[in-house]
Amino acid sequence: MTSECGRDLSGRVLHPGAAAGELLVLDAPLSFWGGVDPAGRVVDVHHPQHGDVLAGRVVAMPSGRGSSSSSSVLAEQIRTGSAPAAVLMAEADGIVVLGALVAAELYGRSMPIVQVAPDVLAALPRRGHVEVRAEDGSGPGLVRIDLNRGAGGA
Amino acid sequence: QVAVRTTLNVGSLDLLHPGLVRADHELNDAGKRLMDAYVALGCEPTWTCAPYQISHRPAPGTHVAWAESNAIAFVNSVLGARTDRYGDFLDIAAALTGRVPDAGLHRDQHRRARLVLDCGGLPPQLWEQETAWAALGGLLGDLAGTQVAALTGVPGDLADGGTTEDRLKTLGATAASAGGVALFHVVGVTPEAPDLDAVLPPDGEVPTVVVDAPALRAARDRLSTAGGGRIDAVSLGTPHFSVSEFARLATLVGDGPPFDDRVAVYVSTSRAVLEEAGRLGYVQPVVRAGARIITDTCTYVTPVLRKGIRTVMTSSGKWAWYAPANLGLDTVLGSLAECVASAREGRVVRDERMWA
Repeated sequence: MTSECGRDLSGRVLHPGAAAGELLVLDAPLSFWGGVDPAGRVVDVHHPQHGDVLAGRVVAMPSGRGSSSSSSVLAEQIRTGSAPAAVLMAEADGIVVLGALVAAELYGRSMPIVQVAPDVLAALPRRGHVEVRAEDGSGPGLVRIDLNRGAGGA
Repeated sequence: QVAVRTTLNVGSLDLLHPGLVRADHELNDAGKRLMDAYVALGCEPTWTCAPYQISHRPAPGTHVAWAESNAIAFVNSVLGARTDRYGDFLDIAAALTGRVPDAGLHRDQHRRARLVLDCGGLPPQLWEQETAWAALGGLLGDLAGTQVAALTGVPGDLADGGTTEDRLKTLGATAASAGGVALFHVVGVTPEAPDLDAVLPPDGEVPTVVVDAPALRAARDRLSTAGGGRIDAVSLGTPHFSVSEFARLATLVGDGPPFDDRVAVYVSTSRAVLEEAGRLGYVQPVVRAGARIITDTCTYVTPVLRKGIRTVMTSSGKWAWYAPANLGLDTVLGSLAECVASAREGRVVRDERMWA
């Protein structure tokens, strides 16, 4: 369903949860270890979104990158509240998903991760308010983007 | 207890040289507890990101579960053993159970190349520069992302006493930093790629990218955040320095002048390599020239570099990739010979003729 003020997407649930936040589209893959500081800011100097803050945002990224220690960095960020609210990714990445899985198990905080098709990810708007409902089980994860409620939006 | 042979990556402490790490008590205590807990599970205290150098070299075709992105790339690509990209938690779970999922890079079909990098047109003299291997790794990471790639036109011989392994360590480590590369094939060099057809998917075409000197130079330049001028330190050995790299460094420092005393020179290595390199007489000249040897950890994960250091030269593409973010300092990428010359002069000395 698409309307002038919003659109709905669906994808494969990689990790369940429900969350909402402002969309942040990353133009390159990101390594949480060595790429993001404890406040959730992108510190990888090679990254196009260097300086942007992931905390509380719905982060869309093509894939994971770099360190295999990204799982524990992400789990710790979920614990402290500096992690993304949710992650949308084109390529399933076991290392990112594992961080969410461990945080859910240890801290009872579930950060949803939804895999969406590469062309869908590429066509995302640059901003908007996003609600993610990713339910456990075989059903699709639903992503609702409201363009009118984006930060600084109309 | 672990069910299979399990080696350990670096920790946050140098247990052999405890005065070198400047972490606070809380971090030191937590780091020590973590290291002790793994050893209590039966893991071997190898404390290295490069277990493939001496500690543990799995046979081709065997299934292993490795974490640490550079080691994953090396064991898959250079040794021909099979691991997927395992991260924290899953690595120790695999060690305890002795099992991994029958998926990913454990399976033949996922080890085929989805991309070819044709390097045959590069000037032959560039391959003598460590920086070219780091630059090619950066380019590979950019182009391949997490896909398997085959590289053609790259020289090497895995029986040459360590040089090719050192180069492929640099290539893989940088590719696993700039991208998510867990396996690459160097055609005619690495074990699964006697020829290109051996690693192409049976069912069709894969894209080929021609790598030329300007692209490689641009990739090299992305690994430096400072252009030149004064340096405060040199960091070598990320991933850990090998015996053959110690041999080369010992030759380079030779009987020449010591390092400038304003430049701190650090070499990170494993205790196993340090012992072997020491036995062969490669460590003493390096220490005499003024270098500090770090074991069990690495200069980019723990506070080793002394305060006030702002610009650091390195021959490691991986260190150059992560240090600006991890440590908040500027990097200059150079070859081992350029790092030695720069440490003596106290400023960046690079030979640009090779790259002209």
